[in-house]
Amino acid sequence: MPGKPLPDAEQLLIALIEQMRPAVGPETGLIGIHTGGVWVAERVHQALKLHTPLATLDVSFYRDDYQARGLHRDLKRSEIPFEVEGRDLVLVDDVLYTGRTIRAALNEIFDYGRPGSVRLATLVDRGGRQLPIAAQFAGATLTVDPGRSVALKRDAAGRLQLEVREEPR
Amino acid sequence: MWLNPSNPQLDKKGQLHHLLTLEGLPAEILRQVLDTAKSFVGVKVKKLPLLRGRSVFNVFFEPSTRTRTTFEIAAKRLSADVINLNISTSSQSKGESLLDTVDNLSAMHADMFVVRHSESGAPHFIARHVAPDIHVINAGDGRHSHPTQGLLDMYTIRHYKGDFSRLRVAIVGDILHSRVARSQIHALTTLGCPEIRVIGPKTLLPAGVEQLGVHVYHEMRHGLKDVDVVMMLRLQNERMQGALLPSAQEFYKFYGLTDDKLAAAKPDAIVLHPGPMNRGVEIDSSVADGKQSVILPQVTFGIAIRMAVMSIMAGNK
Repeated sequence: MPGKPLPDAEQLLIALIEQMRPAVGPETGLIGIHTGGVWVAERVHQALKLHTPLATLDVSFYRDDYQARGLHRDLKRSEIPFEVEGRDLVLVDDVLYTGRTIRAALNEIFDYGRPGSVRLATLVDRGGRQLPIAAQFAGATLTVDPGRSVALKRDAAGRLQLEVREEPR
Repeated sequence: MWLNPSNPQLDKKGQLHHLLTLEGLPAEILRQVLDTAKSFVGVKVKKLPLLRGRSVFNVFFEPSTRTRTTFEIAAKRLSADVINLNISTSSQSKGESLLDTVDNLSAMHADMFVVRHSESGAPHFIARHVAPDIHVINAGDGRHSHPTQGLLDMYTIRHYKGDFSRLRVAIVGDILHSRVARSQIHALTTLGCPEIRVIGPKTLLPAGVEQLGVHVYHEMRHGLKDVDVVMMLRLQNERMQGALLPSAQEFYKFYGLTDDKLAAAKPDAIVLHPGPMNRGVEIDSSVADGKQSVILPQVTFGIAIRMAVMSIMAGNK
């Protein structure tokens, strides 16, 4: 794949954790969005030694492209093992792009309760927003051509790695 | 024609458009439904937004409480609007034809029909005549098919037994009149179950049932020997009136599932029943309420299966 080399995901993760460290407390609820966001959230949760158990979200039932593209095949389960009502939450995703996934995630969260606040952490912010959504914590900001997608991979040893793919159209 | 000519349940992309029968449905689609259902089981949110703004018409030409109710709950949990129509008590008795009924319902902007009919093939007929954007789900037609029941039975088996590749499954009772049995046999075969047995008196087994790849038994204890799964069928009271069976008591004596007969199966065998049960006819209360019974979980899984079918189909254009 031509172009500038991608940053090392493990380095971005360290940067993200350090940004978040002063801003979250032990009672903060961390919610990883499947699948890449859960990988990032697991590492953040571990590094920051949060008390509240980690939550995971599969936003497939809330996506706005369901009418056009149908239900995703590989559904994961949403697990929020804590009370959402009144809690300060941080949504964690791997790549922030159009913002539509985050919109879906917010809708899902509000079906569980009314959180005190919701902030957003992402490993990579690649721009291209289609909704008024911004990340409070980002490992890096990248410029990527609209025809391409950035994806997070995890190898057998648990190491995270970024990859640029041609978007299937 | 927008549908796949070789299988009118599928669209040109091979995705589920109508659910009419499990016969000929690829294993991949069966697994898709089971996997999707799994993600609906135990969802804490009471209402998911997938079918918001869609209208699901439960069109029942034959009475049913459980199936209709579970379809209604499933549709409502997906935020659909649900309209229940008991046709047996309305227009049909006034002489309206099936097609006229369906045309009228389509004109009321239905997105999905859930059809139960006493005539085999009625849902196929309806599916052939509705507009391309309408989906039809068969909720039981005559002796032919009851696909969502078959799917929820498969879900139940997979939940308790993991996979199908080493299972011995027995289906017991009135196979002849049972749309449930046919759906179970097709689904089990497609999902790779190596040994399917049917157990019942000769008068209640269809001629040539072996051609479906099943083993036939007339004696309960032989048939149940070392099975992993026992699927009981409801003995329909109306069958008693003909010459097919001497009496309910006689049937119970030979084919009613008692603890004693169940002892022939594996100790961890599970017992399924599609409901409603005739206690003391095809199943003894001590088995129905016993620790091997998974009859109530079946009902719960049935809602998830129906949510899965509806949300997969409504997402396939």
